[in-house]
Amino acid sequence: MEGMRLSLCELKNLARELRLDVLEMTTRAKSGHPSSCFSAVEILTVLYFGGILRYHPDDPWWEERDRFILSKGHAAPLLYAVLARAGFFPRERLWTLRSLGSPLQGHPVARILPGVEATTGSLGQGLSVGLGHALAARLRNVSYRVYVLLGDGECQEGQVWEAAMAASHFRVSNLTAIVDYNKFQETGPVAREMNLEPFRAKWEAFGFYVQEVDGHNIEALLEAFAALQKVVDRPSVLIAHTVKGKGVSFVEADYTFHGRALTEEEAKKAREEILCL
Amino acid sequence: MPVGEKAGLPRGKPLRDAFGEALLRICEQYPQVVVLDGDLGNSTKAETVRKAFPERFLNLGIAESNLVGVAVGLAFCGFIPFVVSFSSFLLCNAYDQIRLGVAMSRANVKLVGSHGGITLGKDGPTQMGIEDLALVGGLPTCTILIPCDAYSMYKALEQAVTHEGPFFIRSSRYAMPRVYEEGSSWEIGKANILREGKDLTIIACGLMVACALDAWAELQKEGIEARVVDLHTLRPLDRAMIVKAARETGAIVVAEEHLLHGGVGSNVARVVAESYPCPMRFVGLEDTYTDSADADELLEAYHLTSSDIVAKCKEVLEAKNVARKGNTISSSIPRS
Repeated sequence: MEGMRLSLCELKNLARELRLDVLEMTTRAKSGHPSSCFSAVEILTVLYFGGILRYHPDDPWWEERDRFILSKGHAAPLLYAVLARAGFFPRERLWTLRSLGSPLQGHPVARILPGVEATTGSLGQGLSVGLGHALAARLRNVSYRVYVLLGDGECQEGQVWEAAMAASHFRVSNLTAIVDYNKFQETGPVAREMNLEPFRAKWEAFGFYVQEVDGHNIEALLEAFAALQKVVDRPSVLIAHTVKGKGVSFVEADYTFHGRALTEEEAKKAREEILCL
Repeated sequence: MPVGEKAGLPRGKPLRDAFGEALLRICEQYPQVVVLDGDLGNSTKAETVRKAFPERFLNLGIAESNLVGVAVGLAFCGFIPFVVSFSSFLLCNAYDQIRLGVAMSRANVKLVGSHGGITLGKDGPTQMGIEDLALVGGLPTCTILIPCDAYSMYKALEQAVTHEGPFFIRSSRYAMPRVYEEGSSWEIGKANILREGKDLTIIACGLMVACALDAWAELQKEGIEARVVDLHTLRPLDRAMIVKAARETGAIVVAEEHLLHGGVGSNVARVVAESYPCPMRFVGLEDTYTDSADADELLEAYHLTSSDIVAKCKEVLEAKNVARKGNTISSSIPRS
């Protein structure tokens, strides 16, 4: 089959499992950005397992696959956990994250691992690459869709708006940007460090169809993605309002978790909280 | 006197015109080639494709970062994108996008940096690509080609299409004289000996190849036999050709239309230092930006003429002779 479509209950369970995977990966690696992964768990769960993306894990570069590009490359552990659960590679490989010789690099490197579409980690680049894929569909006359997940702080990069302008200019309706709007960047609240608001108006001004959603509500995400697939005359963006560190109370409460893994002890507590979700 | 005249080279067309024609031929031959313009197609001559194949020509506007990112996406979908802009704008504005998207991803993207060097002339130093080879040379995986005439430009494009992976090809506004006959051998990573000589070797690239041939003619009149090598590929570097020059001629002058730091000369010097150290001299831009002026005036003012190459050749020959004498003296001292 193309992709995977699980029930609502299964999706919720899987989201919990993915959080646990990310926690274990980053704790074992003693580094990484777990809180940036946690805010995007439901978004990726719905895309990969809610019947939105069409893909074949055993033919990862199938020409007509839908593309997912993780522009906020620091959420790589989540992408790897999702790809493993989707069957792109064995789950045991997750524990090699960030170790010598492993293709599970700290930030994604294109094509060294099945399902990893782009090299990202220097922020701002994914939407342009996604636009390239979207334009290729038009040139080849095939009909896949391209989804690009951006961080909120990442939208401070000028290249994001270069790409947005061009996507709108070329009227690529098969391109959807998703912003994981968790309201925090590396050094503090986005609104304090470099405000993005009025954010919706910016995307609208650039010619995008804009939809906002609670980025942790699986049903709402399913509905939103279904609605965006019906937009035929312009690119679209889903502004997903999320919580950084979602699922672990003491991580949610402290943005300084951005660039670090949890200690063994913190991870134990986090695990208990995630299991109660 | 125009470059190439002393060597009797036929006049050529501006390299960018040759590029435009070659790119069009490549598009006719290879349907998977697409051309991405940074709104300079009329200046780089990539616009030849816009007229012939409008659907395969995309102007991404004045936004180089996005330009390169889009090319990366297209490359991963099986297209062979040629990204064309001024070398300075392309490399300086989109360096990180080239680093991650092209070089690190080993994407099949062909970057063409036009207006390399100082000979774009009157538009001045803001537009000149005098650091381009150092910048692109700093990126692992990227093949770097520096054609010196219309024929080698076509060969460079053709080989960029038939070889998978990232490429940078340097183009220019200058009317470079014809160096190669149709059908000459021109292969990636294989430098060409254009003139044989035993006294020293001039290694050159781009416009400096014709200048080196002029220098060869001047030196010949004085009884100095210079070997002239066109080192058209900066990566992969033809180490064997460089070692051979060092071993067989014992003195090397490298000439390039680029800053001396990080360009062809410093790469050649590393090979010489590691293999067969010999006296070397370098013709290129010292640590400076240049002025706006006529191209030929600039070449003269910044010491990039055949006379400058000749002067360096004489210097290096003297150094070679001193070194040889030194060796003779030291070897004649009895060991205690």
